[in-house]
Amino acid sequence: MQMATRILFDMGRILGADRLIPVASAHIDGCLYHGDSGVDFAELLVRGGGRVCVPTTLNVGGIDLLRPEYPAHQRDMALRLMKAYIALGCNQTWTCAPYQDGYRPQTGEDVAWAESNAVVFANSVLGAHTNRYGDFLDICAALTGRAPHYGLHVPENRKATVLIRTDGISERLKRQSVLYPVLGAWLGRAVGSSIAAIQGLPSDTPEEYLKALGASAASAGAVGLFHVIGVTPEAHTMEEAFAGIAPAVTLEFGSDEVRSTRDSLSNTDGDTMNLIALGSPHYSLQEIDRFEELRADRELKLPVYICLSRLVWAILDARGQTAQMEASGVRFVTDTCVVVTPILPQPPGVLMTDSGKFAHYTPGNTSYGVRFGSTSECVETAVLGRVVCDNGAWQ
Amino acid sequence: MAVDPHLPVREVLLPGDARGRLLRLDLPISFWGGVDPVTGCISDPRHPQFGCCVSDRILAMERVVGSSSGSSVMMELLAIGKAPAGLILAEVDAILTLGVVVAREMGYGSIPVFLVSSETLGSLPTEILMTEGGEILAKS
Repeated sequence: MQMATRILFDMGRILGADRLIPVASAHIDGCLYHGDSGVDFAELLVRGGGRVCVPTTLNVGGIDLLRPEYPAHQRDMALRLMKAYIALGCNQTWTCAPYQDGYRPQTGEDVAWAESNAVVFANSVLGAHTNRYGDFLDICAALTGRAPHYGLHVPENRKATVLIRTDGISERLKRQSVLYPVLGAWLGRAVGSSIAAIQGLPSDTPEEYLKALGASAASAGAVGLFHVIGVTPEAHTMEEAFAGIAPAVTLEFGSDEVRSTRDSLSNTDGDTMNLIALGSPHYSLQEIDRFEELRADRELKLPVYICLSRLVWAILDARGQTAQMEASGVRFVTDTCVVVTPILPQPPGVLMTDSGKFAHYTPGNTSYGVRFGSTSECVETAVLGRVVCDNGAWQ
Repeated sequence: MAVDPHLPVREVLLPGDARGRLLRLDLPISFWGGVDPVTGCISDPRHPQFGCCVSDRILAMERVVGSSSGSSVMMELLAIGKAPAGLILAEVDAILTLGVVVAREMGYGSIPVFLVSSETLGSLPTEILMTEGGEILAKS
């Protein structure tokens, strides 16, 4: 506990915080295994008698507890790490999208969340206040119920400075899910850690699209918060998003940006395709329903790995859908995902994904080649067993 | 050795001594998914400096992007002796610096982390000394 408090004070000083403030919840990213040092840290907290004092959710771990496969030492250590965080009193959510499992902070509530996509979702879509906390600070905040008061906890720091115009994008494309990971990747590269407000998106833009936008922006850049004017809770109007101050920078996201960013999410354009990977962030029930609608009871020639939380899996299972989906060629991955742990078949081949985050991390983490496509392109590719491109989708 | 007046340090985020050859990243990186926690080498094939190793270098980058697991990778590199010798950033960072703070708590050692302007970051010399007193010195 003393160590947790010391780390919080040290980081608070480094980050320019004036004090520590109470937080209502924490989301822990440190439960994912990257090496033995993280296990030593968590077990030290357990030996010190640490218990979280606010509701705390756990991000993906290093192994799928329901289907473990990993080299022996790493498996043991990943498991020890996951058990240490359970011993500290965290809820066994094992998902990067706790907000889909009912853990949704209130607008204006201070929380200490890690996992870059969860941070940007909590801030942007829910209007909660958190910084992009790294592994270890998350659990220190959970143990003490405190976080440094700086950055996005301070309301004045949450205003947009960059305006993104989207006039050059067709209304049709703005209603396609495939646009949003592309917009996110472009945004992350263009604005870094600045707060942008995006203008011109439909007022009924679904939550799943904003989730994809944020996850992609947070992996390509350092985005912790974005606003969508007329959509997200702190940007009912331009005036509110910018606090009445003129944007410092205005950027145009048009068809050239769509094309070049979309192309940058793939690193191969050959005919080889080995599998499809979906669910980064973890697929929601709505996204699985959409997948099933597109699949339309057809068999899959290529395996489709769907990453999801154990809670969403249980709902799907209770509906009687999992066995039938598995029989058609779906492989469910719960508690973890295909880019954080070696689940995919070896040697590495090429995969297709509808996720900007998977597109970003696949080459470095799995050595697979990656091709980005719409969910529909992913499904058609899996059904036909060859790459299907629908350039019309981008008009 | 002389203090270069054109290398002002805006803030010492973590103090310490370090000496090493500069590795300035052309693009920001996520340590998780971008740097191999076993070898310390840049593992994202799309990064312009793919294959370069951060170990023992003075690592300079505009900002830290991407995953919050960057803290874990930084601590692991310190634990196994593959960490950079020092870190120079142009934006305050709550992820890599945190990895160093926790590593220090765990007894894995520490490295200096300094904040400079983007202009200074772009004009860093090849061989660098970071001092306990918060200076960046260059071989003249």
